[in-house]
Amino acid sequence: MKIALLELRRRPGRFLMAAVIMTLIAILLMFLGGLLDGLIKSSTGAIRAQDGQALVYSQTSEASLLRSRIEPALRAAVEDVDGVERAGGLGVVQLGARVPGKGPRDLAGVALFGFEIPPKGVPDVPPRGTAYADETLKSDGVEQDMTLLLGPARSPIQIVGFVSDTSFSGQGSLWASPETWRQVLGANRPDARLAENVFQALVVQGDEDVASRIDPATDGRTDSYTIEGAVNAIPGVESQRNTFNQILGVTIAIALVVIALFFALITVERTALYGVLKALGGRSRTIFAGLVTQAVVVTLIAAAIAGSAVLVLDAVIPAGSIPLDISLGRIAISVVLLLAAAVVGCGFSLRRVLRVDPASAIGRGS
Amino acid sequence: MNALELTDVRKVYPVGDSEVVALDHASLTLGQNEILALVGPSGSGKTTLLSIAGGILSPSSGKVVVGGEDISDYSNGQLTRFRQEKVGFVFQSVNLVPFLTAAENLFVVDELGPRTGKPARATAGKLLDELGLAERTKNLPSQLSGGERQRVAIGRALMNDPDLVLFDEPTSALDTGLGAQVMELIRSEMKQRGISAIVVTHDPRITEYCDRTVQIVDGELSA
Ligand SMILES: Nc1ncnc2c1ncn2[C@@H]1O[C@H](COP(=O)(O)OP(=O)(O)OP(=O)(O)O)[C@@H](O)[C@H]1O
Ligand SMILES: [Mg+2]
Repeated sequence: MKIALLELRRRPGRFLMAAVIMTLIAILLMFLGGLLDGLIKSSTGAIRAQDGQALVYSQTSEASLLRSRIEPALRAAVEDVDGVERAGGLGVVQLGARVPGKGPRDLAGVALFGFEIPPKGVPDVPPRGTAYADETLKSDGVEQDMTLLLGPARSPIQIVGFVSDTSFSGQGSLWASPETWRQVLGANRPDARLAENVFQALVVQGDEDVASRIDPATDGRTDSYTIEGAVNAIPGVESQRNTFNQILGVTIAIALVVIALFFALITVERTALYGVLKALGGRSRTIFAGLVTQAVVVTLIAAAIAGSAVLVLDAVIPAGSIPLDISLGRIAISVVLLLAAAVVGCGFSLRRVLRVDPASAIGRGS
Repeated sequence: MNALELTDVRKVYPVGDSEVVALDHASLTLGQNEILALVGPSGSGKTTLLSIAGGILSPSSGKVVVGGEDISDYSNGQLTRFRQEKVGFVFQSVNLVPFLTAAENLFVVDELGPRTGKPARATAGKLLDELGLAERTKNLPSQLSGGERQRVAIGRALMNDPDLVLFDEPTSALDTGLGAQVMELIRSEMKQRGISAIVVTHDPRITEYCDRTVQIVDGELSA
């Protein structure tokens, strides 16, 4: 409504307070959202990157690679399941890596994977003693052709290229052949040594709903997921997401309260003005629409400033230092939530607008 | 058809447990293109009568017919539409929207109602011109003199091309000379458009500009 917009333009000072508070709330909302996305991304990348329709762990492993074992016999049973075209072994070992040029205590946490089916973005199975590295390791000083020394045994791994978005448990991944992985695992974690042809999990390629058929076919000796299901089943992911979503919910609620209080106050101040508008034939609906328009504009301005601020922050913070993932999708979701909070917040003033009496305009004297 | 017919109108305000009778047995007929002066002491019920005639208040009992339309039993929604289309008000206190310019204050009427846009803007410009405010269209109310503000309020009351305009003490805030000027303006605007009007006042000199005078004392009318 035009009167409402004109008021915003002529008296911006009146709305400054609300705009500033909403901007801070919007920044918080977008930043926390980006942090959540970044955390989830860095703990799920390696699983998300798997190129298949199912991920198969052993029974009672609770979707943890480290607890899971797939013996050759179990693998054969999985390969026999209807709809399975191909199964590839997968295993991981988490170690500290010495990066050339860094101090002896300055270890980079890495997750060395051995794989048979290349994950998305990994071109091939690299030769023995070499690996593709996740880009996040660049912030630890890892470079192309560099040789890292892994674990207490200082197993050498040469970096032959980089891939992106494949982190595991917040650590940068290295993608190597099964032999390389098995050798490094045995040398550094003698207690966890795995025999030839034993893996931690299987990546299965086949038809769309193959994941649901594997466990019944192996008499429950396996614990199978779709890739998406496996991502959500990663220990800690769900609870991380819930915690963050609760914080985001509280933030939205605060935004709602701020808008509700601010516009309730403005409505009280404007009782006389609204009386005049009603006496001139203005409907409550029209007047309330003006109020909502103002709340929406204030929120949009706040969101625009917050969005730019968060994008700048994302650009300024060195990649890999904190797991912040600012996406336009997250910003858009935040804006939609804030707008909803603003409209609902205005709702608290609706009754007061309805109750304004046009007779108050014609009142005696002032 | 008469511009306004009040028949045995009564208005009672509840005050705490008791009641104040603001208007009693009020009957009044206003002809086409007639300007009526309503004179009476403070608290006599002048504003109450105007509010009822203009559909801002509903009577406690009695009949209110404006331009042939019986509004006695209208709902709030019907009264809103009626005010939007049929009447113009100049309030006792000027009540312009403080953050809107003179032209925008006239244009508000269109925004609240028919939303014709361009034609309304043209009407607003023409009205301000007639009211001698051509140079003041972009001024905020705070940048206008009392007389100018009063003229903007008159312009606003004419924006919806009403059948009846109700003036509540339009000159009370102005000195005598300026008051006479404004009354002259009101009279010529009304007569030129053929609109009927009621002008409430304390001031006997104002009645000279009206066709007829009605007295009101303690909520009762007498010619
Ligand atoms: N909303 C209200 N509630 C209670 N009593 C009211 C209300 N409005 C008016 N009255 C009373 O009704 C009577 C008439 O009031 P009204 O405003 O019509 O007088 P008036 O002639 O316009 O007075 P003035 O010249 O001071 O403007 C007064 O006694 C007044 O106190
Ligand atoms: Mg009065």
